[in-house]
Amino acid sequence: MSIKQISIFLENKPGMLKRMTDVLASHDINIRALSLADTKDFGIVRMLVNDVYVATNILKEENFIASLTPVLAYEISDKAGDLNRLLDKFAAVNVNIEYMYAFAGKKGAYMIFRVADTKKAEAALNGQGLKSLTQDEIADV
Amino acid sequence: MGNYFQEEFECMSPEKIKELQNEKFLRQIKHVYENVPYYRKKMVDKGVNLSDIKSLDDIKKLPFLSKADLKSAYPQGLLAVPLKDCVRIHSTSGTTGKRVVSFYTQADIDMWNDCCARALAAAGGTKDDVCHIAYGYGLFTGGAGLDGGSHKLGCLTVPASSGNTERQIMFIMDLQATILCCTPSYAAYLGEAMKEMGYAPEDIPLKIGIFGAEAWSEEMRRDIEKTLGIKAYDIYGLTEISGPGVAFECSEQKGMHINEDHFYAEIINPDTGEVLPEGEYGELVFSSLDKQAFPLLRYRTRDICRLTREKCSCGRTHIRMEKPKGRSDDMLIIRGVNVFPSQIETVLLNNGYAANYQIIVDRVNNTDTLDVKVEMTPDMFTDNVGEIDERRKTLSDGIKTMLGIKAKVSLVAPKTIARSEGKAVRVIDKRKI
Repeated sequence: MSIKQISIFLENKPGMLKRMTDVLASHDINIRALSLADTKDFGIVRMLVNDVYVATNILKEENFIASLTPVLAYEISDKAGDLNRLLDKFAAVNVNIEYMYAFAGKKGAYMIFRVADTKKAEAALNGQGLKSLTQDEIADV
Repeated sequence: MGNYFQEEFECMSPEKIKELQNEKFLRQIKHVYENVPYYRKKMVDKGVNLSDIKSLDDIKKLPFLSKADLKSAYPQGLLAVPLKDCVRIHSTSGTTGKRVVSFYTQADIDMWNDCCARALAAAGGTKDDVCHIAYGYGLFTGGAGLDGGSHKLGCLTVPASSGNTERQIMFIMDLQATILCCTPSYAAYLGEAMKEMGYAPEDIPLKIGIFGAEAWSEEMRRDIEKTLGIKAYDIYGLTEISGPGVAFECSEQKGMHINEDHFYAEIINPDTGEVLPEGEYGELVFSSLDKQAFPLLRYRTRDICRLTREKCSCGRTHIRMEKPKGRSDDMLIIRGVNVFPSQIETVLLNNGYAANYQIIVDRVNNTDTLDVKVEMTPDMFTDNVGEIDERRKTLSDGIKTMLGIKAKVSLVAPKTIARSEGKAVRVIDKRKI
């Protein structure tokens, strides 16, 4: 199952990120994973949070532009060569990765992937012996 | 040589036109004085009596009407005939957001339709043409005006109205439309869509385009002409005066002929109201010479342009106006180029953005810089950095095409453009000159 990542448009200027984290903090939103794509003028914050619906709604109320993007998250072992093994499987079924980032949780390490066709990639990777994360697990792992 | 719809008026000698205008004007001022208390009061306040107006030359004594008058007289304060004698209204929000309602008797509609038929004929249209009208129909004057003109000329009229581009293209191809009437931005969009569908200019049956109702550049004209394989003509008008067809381009395309037997044009100094001699730049002012229901006198269009009575090789004798570049009160001169915020607004709207923008002009190392901030919208946002940057580039290319000068476009967070008393501040000029 793919999970929902929040993508947020931010202007590239001092204080913008803090404005966003203020909103999240005041509503007790816990950020589980975060990555930032930046250009000279603007950036896109991508993150997984404990409550994606509350987070999206409060950000929109505060005039942020936020959208939900489906991503895939797989567990990897915290040892040399495991990311390589995971990417082997992507390559084997010919899935192109648009971007990826990682987070280390309480129980293990996880890689998050954005691919062009989430459903197709999911189907292709199913049965390859990978442990995927579901939306409900985000808050706890 | 030109094709005329009403040669007897369009090619009338200047002396005869003046005579006709004079006669119509004296009838009109009496009609207005007697039937429009609002204007009569303005005359009284200015100390002008009906007896002071002896000929068209005395028009300069009359008070001006402006958008503010239309607002305070809304909806019927400037109506000059009983409502039961009217057959239609049209309405526009205007670029300033205030609603204008204009009334028409059947004679007013007939006169307006004649004007649009003249525009179609001047562009080379005849009764054998198939005229595809993709201006919006409804309260907007665009659709109704060209529709009426097309009927008068005897074209097969396709009242496509706006929207549904696929259906528009289907009709253009299946009915072999030869004339296209719409806004220039829609023509550009239609051209791109047809190109994407694989139509080469020579596959497209269109040969004439009548485009107006918004600002467009010569570069835009050439682009549209190339993609659609047509000759594009400009048309000018405003709801307050009737609608499209107040002035139009002929085959010479050196300015637009004003339908002088119906509309009297003056150029004034926008600051002092003084009438300027022919050839000088100033604000365009119109008086309706024979409109019955909504006969505005000395209406300030806020459009800046100049007039010329130089002989036109098309044979028409009517005075020509230059394409107005925008409104008198918000023009900027950047690197020597006249820039109007409305032009930038047009580019944004063409690209699907809301008109939430701010123009920042500065001078760095003796060169003017133009920065345009555009508020990001949820519709325009994607998770892909490259795609957003591509959209930003499309906007900056669009502005370059429209203005002929480069602009730096940046996308900003929603609601971050400074507002004063609820109204967004559109222009910040930091130049210290």
